[in-house]
Amino acid sequence: MSELPTTHDTGAWSLPRRGEPVLSVRDLHVEFRTRRGTLQAVRGVSWDVEPGETLAILGESGSGKSVSAQAVMGLIDSPPGHITSGSIHFRGRDLLGAPEVEQRRVRAEGVSIIFQDALTALNPVFTVGWQIAELFRVHRGLGRREAYQRAGDLLDRVGIPSARQRLHEYPHQFSGGMRQRAMIAMALALEPDVLIADEPTTALDVTVQAQIMDLLTDLQRDLGMGLVLITHDLAVVADVADRVAVMYAGRVVETGRVREVFTDPAHPYTLGLMRSIPPLERRTASLDPIRGTPPNPGALPVGCAFAPRCAFARDRCREEDPALEVVEAGRASACHFSEEVRRDG
Amino acid sequence: MGRYILRRILQMVPVVICATFLIYAMNFALPGDPVRALGGERPLPEEVQEQIRDRYNLDDPLLVQYGKYMGNVLQGDLGESLAVRRGTDVSDIIADTWPVTALLALVAFAFEIVIGIGAGVVAALRSGSFLDNLVRGSTILIVSVPIFVIGLVAQIVFGVRLGILPVAGTAQGWVSYILPGFVLAAVSLAYVSRITRNSLMENLRADYVRTATAKGLSRRRVVGRHALRNSMIPVVTFLAFDLGTLLSGTIVTEGIFNLNGIGGIAFDAIRQQDGTVVVGIVTMFVLIFVLANLIVDILYAVLDPRIRYD
Amino acid sequence: MSAPDPSSLGGQQSAAEATHGEDVAEGASLWGEAWRDLRRNPFFVLPVLVIAVLTVMAIWPQLFTDLVPRSCDLSRSADPPEAGHWFGFDRQGCDLYTRVVYSTRASLLIGLTVTLGAFAIALVLGSLSGYYGRWLDAVLGRIADVFFGIPLVIGAIVLLTAVVDRGVWQVSAVLTLLAWPPMFRLMRSTVLSARESDYVQAARALGAGNARVIIRHVIPNSIAPVIAYATVFMGVIIGAEATLTFLGAGLQLPALSWGVLLSSPPPRELLNTPHLLLFPSLFVSLTVLSFVLAGDTLRDALDPKLR
Ligand SMILES: Nc1ncnc2c1ncn2[C@@H]1O[C@H](COP(=O)(O)OP(=O)(O)OP(=O)(O)O)[C@@H](O)[C@H]1O
Ligand code: SF4
Ligand SMILES: [Mg+2]
Repeated sequence: MSELPTTHDTGAWSLPRRGEPVLSVRDLHVEFRTRRGTLQAVRGVSWDVEPGETLAILGESGSGKSVSAQAVMGLIDSPPGHITSGSIHFRGRDLLGAPEVEQRRVRAEGVSIIFQDALTALNPVFTVGWQIAELFRVHRGLGRREAYQRAGDLLDRVGIPSARQRLHEYPHQFSGGMRQRAMIAMALALEPDVLIADEPTTALDVTVQAQIMDLLTDLQRDLGMGLVLITHDLAVVADVADRVAVMYAGRVVETGRVREVFTDPAHPYTLGLMRSIPPLERRTASLDPIRGTPPNPGALPVGCAFAPRCAFARDRCREEDPALEVVEAGRASACHFSEEVRRDG
Repeated sequence: MGRYILRRILQMVPVVICATFLIYAMNFALPGDPVRALGGERPLPEEVQEQIRDRYNLDDPLLVQYGKYMGNVLQGDLGESLAVRRGTDVSDIIADTWPVTALLALVAFAFEIVIGIGAGVVAALRSGSFLDNLVRGSTILIVSVPIFVIGLVAQIVFGVRLGILPVAGTAQGWVSYILPGFVLAAVSLAYVSRITRNSLMENLRADYVRTATAKGLSRRRVVGRHALRNSMIPVVTFLAFDLGTLLSGTIVTEGIFNLNGIGGIAFDAIRQQDGTVVVGIVTMFVLIFVLANLIVDILYAVLDPRIRYD
Repeated sequence: MSAPDPSSLGGQQSAAEATHGEDVAEGASLWGEAWRDLRRNPFFVLPVLVIAVLTVMAIWPQLFTDLVPRSCDLSRSADPPEAGHWFGFDRQGCDLYTRVVYSTRASLLIGLTVTLGAFAIALVLGSLSGYYGRWLDAVLGRIADVFFGIPLVIGAIVLLTAVVDRGVWQVSAVLTLLAWPPMFRLMRSTVLSARESDYVQAARALGAGNARVIIRHVIPNSIAPVIAYATVFMGVIIGAEATLTFLGAGLQLPALSWGVLLSSPPPRELLNTPHLLLFPSLFVSLTVLSFVLAGDTLRDALDPKLR
């Protein structure tokens, strides 16, 4: 990367690398201009993924995880949403400045996304097979028969029993887990380089959750694609992710390799997350263990957004907004007192 | 699917029976002399009165009367005209005049679908724009002006003042149907565009539209193929419901534009107080209306696979 | 013309669920917030002002004209507008303006009577149907289906041709009989969603009697969209009366309504004397428009999903 780092952007890109990132987000700002005022949903987020790598994005509800993912996919409803600054590079090409046609091609073949609720994410009036085949017909110019053939193969690949018959069923005729599998099949149809999974298992039963995660990691290995996993589940992050970006109030507050971040947090928010998990019950623990509530994104406090809830907060925190800064090779934290946090943690 | 249709038909039967009974009972069983009411202010000759008593079995108990009447209706016998075309069977009048009405309704339907849906789609895609407000404003305006006023004003403007379209009769072939067809469609057209707009806007925010965009499909395909297909579900339901409006509308429209269709006959019959013709035509309209609703139920099930057939 | 489907006008299709999940206290603030919005909305304020003027005109027509509607001069039959007689003369040579003013009462009265009637039916039957469900709901639903199966104006034509003397009350009764189902259905569906909401469940769990729950909790929380719809409905009914009367199946002379003014000359004659068409129909249209607009903006303001 040749750009100079901006204020809130020094961490992620300075990690030691095996290769070039396939997708990188730089200093992304997204706001929603509603009648009640402007809401800063994403305020300078940066991250990137390499081929074959899993990046987890962690953070409580409303911290801007989904909005940043939607920005990458060009899914921000405008109005009210606006990407006010930043860049999104796919294989070195800036997407935000690219012509519509190229953006569409990247969305079709480069980066895919799956959502939390596959029932609403699939079109209720078309069969599952039609919706998958559509990709082959539109982007590959295949005929009907061949497109359905390929769709059937895909459904088979994601573990849907008697896939050929189920091609002709509608989404509401699938079970929750099957629907998410179909969603995954659709996302992977054109073998993208990156898959963004926005809480892919939240809407599912616990037993099904594990199956879907297994399927995802399995497919990732086979296809060698980068995976951006948005989740609330710390245990899943620990299990499957290589690196993690912790978000708070529209910003990445800490980033680094999962093991290092989890065992030695450098931000009070991450520390709070780790402390909230009883060691033996990691699997059932949920997020949001920290006292207080996240700030209203329409009226952020001056200085550090976490200050009202932070045990380490001083006067400086309420005046000066901490930048994301490197704390050691491959790790960054946005806290004035990260040294102290690491000592205490 | 077959069972679903059968069930809808069975559900329809009591509605038809009750609705026609209601119409019949109101006409023939209210206090007062139904024969006099049928004839209006015109004194009927003794033998005609006798004929009517006989024809409608007015000496039988109400339920029997109704049963016999419906029996006749189902055999296509709707009674005889008392004034409009004195002595002619109502069913013959209908057989004679329906092509005009069918053509008029077809023209109106085409206006509704093309202009109504078109305007709704444009308004939804440019929501908040001048165009959207124009559509919204004109639809509320059209809905507020009674159809006969729209008709008369259209006649004055296009026929009398501008003289570009025929204002009465069917002498000039299909051109004669443009103005009445548009007038007949006006109100429904307004509703169709509003429903299309709201429904499409709602669907454009739906998750599956996001998915379609994320699939790298063109905006045109996302809207035209994915969102529009879903948005048409309430529009189609409305179109059936609306057939009732169209049918009553033909009475006004054909009356004003002097078209010799079923509606025009009904228009004259009401003014000349020809009761048998009015009851006969309206009974038929109700049957058509109910039937149209059945067709739409089926269409609805085809459009929306989530409807369960069992 | 049929009574409109409640969902077909206005912003969102969600009117039925508008108050779902609100508490009674919030129900009060719902109106408060709606009022704060509406006060500044010209598309609400203007129609309401028009309605207010029309109401005064209906009650005290003599405030608006010095003439009486039945002092006519046949030699002036259908004369066009002139100074002092802005609307011209009708076929009997009566001052058209005076006739229009005196017609306001019957037109509004029919609209109001039918609306109140349908509202009462919707309130009682809709609440019972939505709240108790089961067989009661099934029976009432089927009955509504029957009336729903008869298009409003067509049905009214048949029923009214059977009535020999057609006055305000007869016309109102027939229209009420035919027009209540959409309002009933709307009320039923809002009650249904209110019944499922937490606070009603809580009130029931606390042992409140059904009657009390319905009157104190369910109705206050489900009535807002119905009131908005009733406003639109009143406009629609006024238009329907005019149409019916124009066709010759509504009010009859010597009763006066806008429809009567429009129906007395044959349509062909209206084309040659446009003022006979223009002024009465302007009043009908403006009245209907006012109710439709007021109801439409009211509905949007009362819909929490749109805030
Ligand atoms: N279309 C929109 N209009 C207005 N505000 C929006 C819109 N979409 C998102 N927001 C706001 O942006 C902020 C970030 O939302 P986002 O969906 O990214 O959160 P999240 O981190 O994904 O939370 P969750 O874990 O609940 O999914 C929230 O405050 C949300 O209210
Ligand atoms: S900057 Fe201050 S308030 Fe913010 S996290 Fe660090 S210590 Fe807490
Ligand atoms: Mg989210």
